[in-house]
Amino acid sequence: MIRSAKLARLSRRRVLKGMLNGAAVTVGLPLLDCMLSDSGRALASGAPLPIRFVTWFWGLGGNASVFVPKKTGADYDLPEELQALERVRQHVNVYTNFNAFRDSAPNLCHYTGWIVCRSGAAPIASEDKPGETIDVIIARTIGRALRFPTVMVTANGDMRTSFSYENANSVNAAEPSPLNLYTRIFGPDYQDPNADGFTPSPIVMARRSVLSGVLDQTRELASVVGAADRARLDQYFTGLRDLERQFDQQLTKPEPIAACHKVDPPGPDPRSGIDADVVALRHRQLTDLMVMALVCDQTRVFNMAYSAAFASTIKPGYEKPHHTTTHEEPIDKETGYQPIASWFARRAMEEWAYFVEAFARVREGDGTLLDNTLIYASTDTNWARIHSIDGIPMFTAGRAGGRVRTGLHVDGGGTAATRVGYTALKVLGVDAASWGTKSNSTSSEVSEVLA
Amino acid sequence: MDLSVPGIGWRYPPAPGRGPRAAAAVLALALLPLTSAADTASAPAAILPTGPADAATPARMRLVSQEQYFNSLGYVFGPDISVPAHFAPFRRTDGLLASGSASAGVTLAQMQEFQRTARSLAEQVVSPANRDYLVPCRPRDAVRADRDCAREFLLPVGRLLFRRPVDEPTADAVVAKSAAAADQLHDFYGGLAVALEGLLMAPQALFVVDRTEPDPARPGYGRLDAYSLASRLSFFLWNAAPDEELLRAAQKGELATPEGRAKTVDRMLASPRLETGMRAFFDDMLRFDDLAVLAKDPGIYPVFGAETLADAREQTLRTLIDHLIVRRHDYRDLFTTRETFITPALAVIYGVAAAPGWNAYASPADSPRAGLLTQVSFLAGHAHPGRSSPTLRGKALRELLLCQTVPRPPPNVDFSLLEDANSRLRTARERLDLHQSNPVCAGCHKITDPIGLAFEQFDGAGQYRATERGAAIDASGVLDGRKFDDLAGLSATMREHPQLSACLVRRVYGWATGGPTQPADKPVLEWLGAEFAADGYRLPDLLRTIALSSAFATVREAAPAAAAGGGAP
Repeated sequence: MIRSAKLARLSRRRVLKGMLNGAAVTVGLPLLDCMLSDSGRALASGAPLPIRFVTWFWGLGGNASVFVPKKTGADYDLPEELQALERVRQHVNVYTNFNAFRDSAPNLCHYTGWIVCRSGAAPIASEDKPGETIDVIIARTIGRALRFPTVMVTANGDMRTSFSYENANSVNAAEPSPLNLYTRIFGPDYQDPNADGFTPSPIVMARRSVLSGVLDQTRELASVVGAADRARLDQYFTGLRDLERQFDQQLTKPEPIAACHKVDPPGPDPRSGIDADVVALRHRQLTDLMVMALVCDQTRVFNMAYSAAFASTIKPGYEKPHHTTTHEEPIDKETGYQPIASWFARRAMEEWAYFVEAFARVREGDGTLLDNTLIYASTDTNWARIHSIDGIPMFTAGRAGGRVRTGLHVDGGGTAATRVGYTALKVLGVDAASWGTKSNSTSSEVSEVLA
Repeated sequence: MDLSVPGIGWRYPPAPGRGPRAAAAVLALALLPLTSAADTASAPAAILPTGPADAATPARMRLVSQEQYFNSLGYVFGPDISVPAHFAPFRRTDGLLASGSASAGVTLAQMQEFQRTARSLAEQVVSPANRDYLVPCRPRDAVRADRDCAREFLLPVGRLLFRRPVDEPTADAVVAKSAAAADQLHDFYGGLAVALEGLLMAPQALFVVDRTEPDPARPGYGRLDAYSLASRLSFFLWNAAPDEELLRAAQKGELATPEGRAKTVDRMLASPRLETGMRAFFDDMLRFDDLAVLAKDPGIYPVFGAETLADAREQTLRTLIDHLIVRRHDYRDLFTTRETFITPALAVIYGVAAAPGWNAYASPADSPRAGLLTQVSFLAGHAHPGRSSPTLRGKALRELLLCQTVPRPPPNVDFSLLEDANSRLRTARERLDLHQSNPVCAGCHKITDPIGLAFEQFDGAGQYRATERGAAIDASGVLDGRKFDDLAGLSATMREHPQLSACLVRRVYGWATGGPTQPADKPVLEWLGAEFAADGYRLPDLLRTIALSSAFATVREAAPAAAAGGGAP
């Protein structure tokens, strides 16, 4: 798939190269009536529809007694806290009884669990971020040449809530503002793939040229710093190279995309705050924008945080935020769980359902955007009350171009939670013999969900 | 131009960097003789601090913070040249985000952000509205390249952005790129913008690299070269790149002599830009970045809105600047002072009246409000959205103000008795006593709760209350062996706590030297602590002592020698 896409781009560049010779020109490339091949699984050029990888995060897990379906396999039941998934159940796989292993590392509250699920390794201290997150790995395979290789957005209003990093000192800051997100993606730099004409921007060519000078300066600077700082400069240098590639792409007429349409600005940002209603509003605005960013091929990888691991979401009128509630609220003797904590988990699941549905609503090819996407959802704990990371729940949604079966509940039998991430890596074409470290290392995909 | 700060009464003189016209003057400084604060600054004090002879810091490479980036550009181009930006925050290290800059990397997403920011800024600078002020020459033909004019603009700007002269090969390359782009675009200013964009995202602009050289006075020791020392001073005191005058002092070798360095430091301490630097420092030390995302439940605290939060942050910063810089008062007195500033939004929390805007305010002698610990930023900032939190407040006091570390809670503990509906526990003290009786919890909560409970007469929004659920609140406690009756007593105890000033010294030293403190810094920190005490715990004196210390300019390990002339960093 990737190879084909590259060939398609090269072909267009070859055509444009002659036209660009010196002056700005406008190239009329009419939008085709039918941009899909007969199969409905490929663009008219022959390039297959891209497969995307998306992550979704919610904090503080759930109450297992009302979260874990009793039935495994297809047609699984929906316990109380998963009731909101009724309308998307056929798209969603539920993974339970998978463990995040810490080995000799401490169980760092609300931290170890998500780090293992996203990086494959247990941190040894609260500031430790081992490895790199799964979105970064996959973006290197499927998203590097796009405008945004990977994007991190968060619905809790805090740019520090990020589940995407290259290393401990290189965290992808989250975008909390729908308006800013709109501007970043669909603002002045956006190239509408369905625009009638295409004018390669001479100023982009000039910018690209200037970058080469900056690259030279970076080489020189690297000669006067120590080894650790040189590695940081290498990272900066790599970033410049990626910017160059992105400029190249801006000089290329994008391939028309039928499902991509103009996005209206979202209007003023929702009020500040983290009560569940405003978080939901922000979550839905960010989701809708990112869905269209995928459709319009501005990125193929992004991460959504519904909340932080230490989720401080508020239930209006209740004095404690979600995190504190999970620790301090007594267990109701009749139901066997913490009712307010469960309220928070249910609100999170309502948003998870919205998220999945947002992908399922978009027609793409002969299916939907969700059919061409794999969404991986994870959390930080199983039972937040005691910071349990055994049986840490996860979900996936989407069929990843037909490579994944959906609508299943998988019991992991106590095996590594990293198997779900590893499955995602393989499905997205990452050449990885294994993923994770120590007990979290796995080379075993979750075969039940592979088509 | 009246640039006084309402409520503080500190009147700033007009300064370069305020508005495009003034900024144009800044750009011309490289060519014009200077008459500035340097000429009127008081003579250096006779005693020049040096400190432990073998104290040193590592040669560091810091990534500039968003605030530093825009502070620096504000000086070069004026504050009107600005764009919304979202640089990734650093990892808090040794208590400071700023210290994380010494290890921060640049992700591709961050690189894109740098590029977007640089492009927007460059476009603004050369826009028709600004070019007449900010570009010191006119092209011979606006639709063609003009290398001379481009050079006249780009080199002084590059010098300010790179914080040292741009070496000739780099200068030639930048001018050539500008010319090529101008011809390609048929627009001189378009070419200029593209070249400026390159400067703004160049590694020399984004990374503050400590360049070192052998110290001729002390064989075997390395020291920062003159321009690196200028940058370290400037980011320390102003949280911005050096101004032209500081660069010129570096160029002339003035920073290499004790007298010259003292003269420069005294000029910088006398500058209104010191407030910018110290605001940034305390904003970082007190973790006010957390306030940016703090929310209170409007149903529980209807008087507490977004304006309250912004004003609470500003109140503390104003109090700090007024007390420490303007009045040069004892740092420890911050914990007992009754003088502060309030707005109507804060007045509601205080239960008093206030005129619109900022008002100087002194709490009455019988008021429980005295000192930083009774300000809304601390009380509300370290509490839950709908209730107080003795544990969070006690933890913040120890970690932020005493530089102590409170262990993370163990993973498997049961807090649910805290909220047992059938419980007769009415006050937080009664509830938290459960922690003390649970050996798993007691270890940590003995560290936080006895002091955190002293805050209980202030609710989660910072409002005073005498009772909780009808029960009188007992705010007595003990801090490291010293008993007190209430928050005023805790504040008085804090004032005398030996780690209070030691913590400030440690944080300021980390801020000054651009990275986390290390065990090897113990002697210099002790020396600085003694000097701070001898000077009456006055912050400006501490800043001066650090800036003139031997450790400040000495590097522990000499990095590879810089290229002669120091042109390309």
